[in-house]
Amino acid sequence: MSTTAPAPGKPVADERLLKTSPLKKFLGRPELGSVVGALAVFLFFAIVADSFLRTTSLATVLYAASTIGIMAVPVALLMIGGEFDLSAGVMVTTSALISSMFSYQMTANVWVGVGVSLLATLAIGVFNGVMLIRTDPPSFIITLGTFLMLTGANLGFTKLISDTVSTKSISDMEGFSSAKDVFASTITIGDVDFKITIVWWLAMIAVATWILLRTRAGNWIFAVGGGEHAARAVGVPVGKTKIGLYMGVAFGAWVSGQHLLFNYDVVQSGEGVGNELIYIIAAVIGGCLITGGYGSAVGAAVGALIFGMTSKGIVYAEWNPDWFKFFLGAMLLLATLLNAWVRKRAEATK
Amino acid sequence: MTTEAVAKEETAPADRTPLVELDAVSKYYGNIRALEGVSLEVHAGEISCVLGDNGAGKSTLIKIIAGLHQHDAGTLRIEGEETRLSSPREALDRGIATVYQDLAVVPLMPVWRNFFLGSEPTKGTGPFKRMDVDLMRRTTHAELLRMGIDLRDVDQPIGTLSGGERQCVAIARAVYFGAKVLVLDEPTAALGVKQSGVVLKYVAAARDAGLGVVLITHNPHHAYLVGNRFVLLKRGAMSGSHARDEITLDELTRQMAGGSELDDLRHELEQAPEPDLRGDGGAP
Repeated sequence: MSTTAPAPGKPVADERLLKTSPLKKFLGRPELGSVVGALAVFLFFAIVADSFLRTTSLATVLYAASTIGIMAVPVALLMIGGEFDLSAGVMVTTSALISSMFSYQMTANVWVGVGVSLLATLAIGVFNGVMLIRTDPPSFIITLGTFLMLTGANLGFTKLISDTVSTKSISDMEGFSSAKDVFASTITIGDVDFKITIVWWLAMIAVATWILLRTRAGNWIFAVGGGEHAARAVGVPVGKTKIGLYMGVAFGAWVSGQHLLFNYDVVQSGEGVGNELIYIIAAVIGGCLITGGYGSAVGAAVGALIFGMTSKGIVYAEWNPDWFKFFLGAMLLLATLLNAWVRKRAEATK
Repeated sequence: MTTEAVAKEETAPADRTPLVELDAVSKYYGNIRALEGVSLEVHAGEISCVLGDNGAGKSTLIKIIAGLHQHDAGTLRIEGEETRLSSPREALDRGIATVYQDLAVVPLMPVWRNFFLGSEPTKGTGPFKRMDVDLMRRTTHAELLRMGIDLRDVDQPIGTLSGGERQCVAIARAVYFGAKVLVLDEPTAALGVKQSGVVLKYVAAARDAGLGVVLITHNPHHAYLVGNRFVLLKRGAMSGSHARDEITLDELTRQMAGGSELDDLRHELEQAPEPDLRGDGGAP
């Protein structure tokens, strides 16, 4: 095929391409809305709350952000892949309960429980994914079912086994301190204590970004979310990609769950309900398109950071914490509008 | 109708095995006859056109060739070997690439990601196995340039390209990945005259590169410009099959437009009383 087109001007490429300024490139990034929002929130609380800028406060903010971010990052990937997971919040509790109860009942090393919990949580993720691709209903309904089942099972099994709504303490068991080092320790830099969840969070951002932008799987995630039929027609393994995404969320739930367990020693079986929406909101603030096919892991992480700053900032400003939800809702609306506007601009720039 | 044309034996020389050959292929969805007794040959370096109105069975025919559906009767031969395609992947692996009307592109994704979607080249091993992004960008740019599309930026979402450009990207992608047979589903349907011309040029270019092309269309003018053989479908059955030298554009258009039915319609229209367009009850 040697047909050369009547290209206007020189036959060499790029000459017609106007120089894209770095600013314009930045405006086209999905993270933009969240970064601007994060800066605004940071400045706001830096002004109204005196104690907000102390390093200890920042460490607290980062800790709050990381516990949300560990889940928001895989949830964002799932949303880019075009699906939701409403069971993500209670799955964290489920994962912690399984770990704790298995170790306690079997009087095994806690690491055995941690391992069993990993397998069980991943299995829940696989269940979500397989149910979704084998049947027709939207993931909203499927995972709503999983959400209700897990909520019930968390309480039911815990009451059945330990007669209360919380698990027995496992702090005197073998392996507890090493597991606590991994999931719930504190790293002191200077005289500031940072929680290890921040490290987990950063690691997940890095891995998720790598997968999304530089691997075949990442290409497939964008494709199944942005155009499932097209993806299937060119041979993308749509089913496997989606199951993988649900397993990613399950992995995040496992990390969060183990943190809960080893940080507090006992697990309240009713926890986690409602958190799934927080993860989704963080992802949306971070620029993930609710219909799939667009977004970034970094954006979701920044979304989680906004959460952390807002929830703690209100405390430092000594306001009534009831205002937290109001702030959150306003933030969500603003971020959505800003993202829609930015995306339109980005697509219109030809 | 020209039923005798259906019965006519294919006159293709026996020394050449068609790349794809359908022989009296039928497809039923429950009790619905979607396609019955359709025969089609696709040779290397030729364009076989499938013409038909809406609901004639064109889409079903494509789906059988593309491996999305299996035929219920008749035989499908690929390079002389009788076969039954179980998936689009298998069709692709055997060199049959289909460019659908929706083009199978993901609008929000950059052009280069779309170009390699499903067949991304990788480098590195283990956890560092990654897409060869540089190669992908360069190849996309070069391949599109060969098609005459001087892309401003391979990073732009493919949804921002014009319909004709997107069509050409889809064709370029199929050619690059070594398709032997290119199935095009109404490539000019949504395009203006000029863009249609651009697309037809690349269809012809693909033919000249030695590919066998199946061009599905309901535009006999476009078909006659590039086609070597023409198969007409009507209500799921084959209503005609002609080589290029056996039929004129006028005859093709007439058959396509409904043939004798069109004559009837014209007759009816001539007979009809002049409609009252003034709306004043026909008062003088």
